[in-house]
Parts: sequence; C-alpha cells; structure tokens
Amino acid sequence: MYKVVTKRFLNDAKTICLFEIEAPLAAKHAQAGQFVIFRLDEQGERVPVSVADWDREKGTVTVMVQAAGRTTKMLHTVEQGDYISDFVGPLGRATEMEGLKKVCVVGGGVGCAIAYPIAKEMHKRGIEVTFIGGFRSADIVILKDELKDACDKLIMCTDDGTYGEKGFTTVFLKQEIERNIAEGKPQFDRVIAIGPDIMMKFLADVTRPYGISTIISLDPIMVDGTGMCGGCRVIVGGETKFACVDGPDFDAHQVDFDSLLKRAAFYKEEQDRDAQHICKMTDGHRRGQALPQLQESRLPHRLPRRRPHPRVHRQGRRG
Amino acid sequence: MKGESVAIGRLERFVADWHMAEQAKLEKVEVAVPASNGHRVAVVGSGPAGLTCAGDLRKMGYDVTIFEALHKSGGVLVYGIPQFRLPKEIVAKEIDNLKAMGVKIVNNAIIGKSETVDELFADGFEAVFIGSGAGLPQFLHIPGENLLGVYTANELLTRVNLMKAYRDDYDTPIKHFHRVAVVGAGNVAMDAARVAKRLGAEHVYICYRRGRDELPARLEEVEHAEAEGIEFQLLNNPTRILAGEDGYVTGIELLRQELGEPDEKGRRSPVPVQGSEWVLDVDTVIIAIGTSPNPLIRNTTGGLTFTRKGGIEADEGGVTAREGVFAGGDAVTGAATVILAMGAGKAGAVSIDKYIKDKNA
Repeated sequence: MYKVVTKRFLNDAKTICLFEIEAPLAAKHAQAGQFVIFRLDEQGERVPVSVADWDREKGTVTVMVQAAGRTTKMLHTVEQGDYISDFVGPLGRATEMEGLKKVCVVGGGVGCAIAYPIAKEMHKRGIEVTFIGGFRSADIVILKDELKDACDKLIMCTDDGTYGEKGFTTVFLKQEIERNIAEGKPQFDRVIAIGPDIMMKFLADVTRPYGISTIISLDPIMVDGTGMCGGCRVIVGGETKFACVDGPDFDAHQVDFDSLLKRAAFYKEEQDRDAQHICKMTDGHRRGQALPQLQESRLPHRLPRRRPHPRVHRQGRRG
Repeated sequence: MKGESVAIGRLERFVADWHMAEQAKLEKVEVAVPASNGHRVAVVGSGPAGLTCAGDLRKMGYDVTIFEALHKSGGVLVYGIPQFRLPKEIVAKEIDNLKAMGVKIVNNAIIGKSETVDELFADGFEAVFIGSGAGLPQFLHIPGENLLGVYTANELLTRVNLMKAYRDDYDTPIKHFHRVAVVGAGNVAMDAARVAKRLGAEHVYICYRRGRDELPARLEEVEHAEAEGIEFQLLNNPTRILAGEDGYVTGIELLRQELGEPDEKGRRSPVPVQGSEWVLDVDTVIIAIGTSPNPLIRNTTGGLTFTRKGGIEADEGGVTAREGVFAGGDAVTGAATVILAMGAGKAGAVSIDKYIKDKNA
C-alpha cells in the first residue's frame, strides 16, 4: 500500500495531475529518465509512468499522469491521503548526461513532465539547457513556473498560439539550431526529446541533417518492466531492444518509428472498449484506490456479487 | 488400475489437497514460529527456489526477508504456471504459511534497481540467496518477430496468470485470437497453447522442428495438450512471420524437416527439406523457445562470475564466487523445473547455515 501524499492538477483543463507517492524503496535510487510502475488495486493494470521528481529524505516519488485510458482516469479520482496498491521502481536506465555541455530538451504535452526532471538535473550540473515545451493549447500547459528555473532558455509554444509562441516544437528546434549556426555559437551536443511518438519522429527528422545526437524516451506497452514479458520491444538500428531494461532512452536516428507507432496502438480497440465499459461486478463504483485496514463492508463500493465470467464468454466463443 | 503404474504424483496431490481442506475447517491453525537466532538473511526472488530456501532457513531460526520484484509473491508459480496446472490458492496458502512462520516478504522490491546486493549487506544481512529465476525471453531471430500479434510465452502467461486478463473485472487487456501458432514444444509451450485454447482460439498449433519422440515437454503435458485439441505441426521449423499492410500477423512460414542422424545426446537432429516452405494461416504467434537469467543482478552485483548463458556460477550447494552470496534455481541453471529449483533452495539454505555458523564460530 502506497500513500498519496500530494495530489494536484497541473493545468486548467485538469488533464494532467501530479501525485507525490510515499515509496521509500523507489525514492532511494530514482534518477531523471527512469520510470516506475503503479497499480491501483487488485483489478488494476501495471502502468508504467516516468519519474518526475523524488525526495530521498521524505521517501517520496512524484509522477505526473495524463488521463488517457481507464486506469489513468481512475487514478485521477484518487485523493490525497488515499492509498494505491503498488508502486515499484526505479526501472530502466537513467538519462545519460556525462560530458554534455549544451543541450536542447524538447517536451511535448505530458512529455514535459518527463523532460522537466532531466532539464533540471542537467541545469544543476552546469549544462547549458534550452527547453522547448509544446502544447496543443493554453488550457493544458503544465509546469509554467517550474520550467523557468530548470533551464537557461525557455521557449513555450502552443499549436493555436493561446500560450507562448504559436507553432510546433519542430519549428522552434530548427530555429534554435539555425541560430547557433548564424551567431557562430557552439551547436547543441545533444537534443533530448520526449513527447508523442509522432512528435519525436519529426524532431528526429529535424536534427538528422545537422548530425546532432538525438535521444528520445519511449513508453511502449509493457507488463512487468523488468525484462520479462518482452512486450516493450522496439527496433533500434535493426536490433530488437527492450525499452524497460535497455531504455527507455534510445538514439532517435536509429529507432524504427513505423514499428513503434504500430505496436503502441496494438490494444487500442480493447482500451477504447474498456473506457466505455462499466464493470457490472463493481456496479461501476470502483474508484481505484486501495484502502488500508478497512473492513470489507466499509469499502465505498460493493464487492463483486457475481461469479466472475471469463472474458471470452462475453465475446462469444466461435467454433 | 491393474497393470498401470502407481500414480504417485496424483496420490500426493490428493493428500495435500485433503490436508488443506481439512485444515481450513479448523478455526485456528497453530503454526510453530521458530525462535530467532538473531542472524539476518536476505532472499532475492519469491519463486520456488527462494520460498524453499526462506522456509528452511526460518525453521533453522534465521530471520529471513524475501525481496520480490512483482506485486504478488510466488515467482513463476504465479506468473508462469497456469491455474489449471497449479491452483493459485495452493501457492497463496504456502506463502501464508511462510509468513505465519515469521518470514518477511517485501514486494515491489527489485534487487539490482530499488536496492543492490551491496546495500543488503550494508543493511545488516549476513548472507544473500539469489533465486531470481530465468525471466528473460529468448527469440528465434527470424524476420517478423516484432509484428503485431507476436507474443512471448512470458507475456501471454503473465497477462493471463498474474494480471488475470481473461476476467472481465480486471483491467489488463488481452487480444481475442482465433488461430494461434506456438513455437517451441517444452512444458511452457504446452501451457501457452492450452491457455490460448482456453481463451477461445479455434485452432492452436505447436510448431516444432523435430518429431514426436523428441518433444522436450513431459509426456503428460503433451497428452494433456492433445486431449484439449492442440494440433501438432511436427518437423516444421518457422522461417519467418508474415503480416498484412497494417502490421498484424497473417501467417507463419514453416520449412519442413526430416530427421537425420542422432547427435551426441542421442536426439535425432532435424534436416531441412529444401524448397518445402509453406504458410500456416494464423493471427497470433507465441514464442516459447525458452528463457535465460535476468541480467538485472548480473549488471549491478560485483564479485560474481557467470556462465556463458548468463547464469550465476554456483556449486551444488549454491556457493558463488562472492563470499556471503548464494544462488540457486533458474538463476544458476537457466530455465529448468520447479522441483530442481526447490532442491537448489534447500541446498542453499544448508550452505548459508554452515557459512554463518562458521563465520560466527
């Protein structure tokens, strides 16, 4: 059982929410670029989410989660002081920062939540950081103030121009690269991009002609996060890699984006159906959190009264 | 049955089940809690090796803590072996017994990530037993292994056994597949095939490059699979996996084989029949050709030596190259059986007892 110490929405549209979770084991070694896996309750999925911050003394890890599927929507209904059933980490490798002098960190939407600790850590280590944060519109912008202190130069942009500059991150990345050339300044040693797969694909196309080393952080479908299920495999430079143990950071110029985009959509049909589906067995009242030391009768939702039926029966067994 | 051999396994199962059922009728079961001798031992992994080692050490009086990476304890017993072969209630009961005996289990603790073996020693554990298993799936390295609809047996079994994806009230998704090819023919392949069949697949094929006499699975598992309608495509070696424009699997190309001369182990090796490729129509491919030890401990623990296949080098007593570190089960041997892992757990417990006694003598 892991306590939610802090919960707060990060934007006006309430699409992205911050959770500070009491998890001393995960907090002990968490580093920028790594991820954790949480599970809401007994019925919940194991959901990987990037580490946004940590406090080794308090023993807490902070994650920023966008409501997308059923589990993340349910997580958003969990309140401060509630408990979730599992929280394990840190998983994956930390983002490499050794020897870097000048870096451009690009975040797209909720990707900014992952880009933020990386930029902050680099900034702290004295690396010159330019941060480009892109969002669809002003109402979903997150970390407006925090980002200012995590970089040397901050460019915020929205697709519709309702906050910051108007345009996509690709435009501003190219602009900054060109500016370095025009003004005779040192070029970025590295570009680190985190956001929707399609954004990262286009950012990789921007840096490729300049030969700038580009790293992206991937979050493919996975179950255990320790190299066991193999569900998170990505093709990098023609070789199969596991994002959970070999990544999540990979060389953007080597990643097979076609395979990545297809694999990410594998369970889309099931997820869409699940989002619509209200489980009759919990009367649709399941909120997701695990409650400590509560008698069953005091649970806020009634426990299953029906015998659980295997899914295949509902879908009709053919043949 | 007259003329048939005595079914020892089934008799044992009956006795154990009966004992458990009778015990459940009692109001309170007294569990003897051995007095602590004050020495702390850490066990990495709550699979068969770890549980056995922890139980034996606790009985000797050691203060034992098991660290388990997953949210549920039991290792391969809960994520790998399906309910119909090993009811999860039995595993849960055994784990409850260990806890009642005073064994501590810390879930969601990945040794090598959350904490390292060095830190366990720094925390005051006098010995560490590594029973982290062989969880890393192997691939065939044929074209098409990353197409949509290609699972490792581990992924399928974990989704179904651990995450209960087959149940409506659990969130983890699973595809509703119709025609499934399982590549490999070991016990795990039989489990995966039967799980796929029970999830509603109309046709489940076992694709294996050798013949029936060479099947590596236990005969009983093969018979059970056949009884459930699993179709065997023997002497067929997969050469590539095919997909449509959308990336979803449409078939698997197989190359017919003939049995040649026996190899040094006496197994007849398959010889490809040139030009005999054919395509089996499937929408799902499950790769069940084995697993190798997880590299998490290998990458974060100094002083250990490893085998060519990635296993930790240890003798029969589980003694490794590093003082105070013991290992057993699949983490040492590579994928093997539950029984062998339990044996290694027992041997490890004896070695740890001797090591701590000698050290404090």
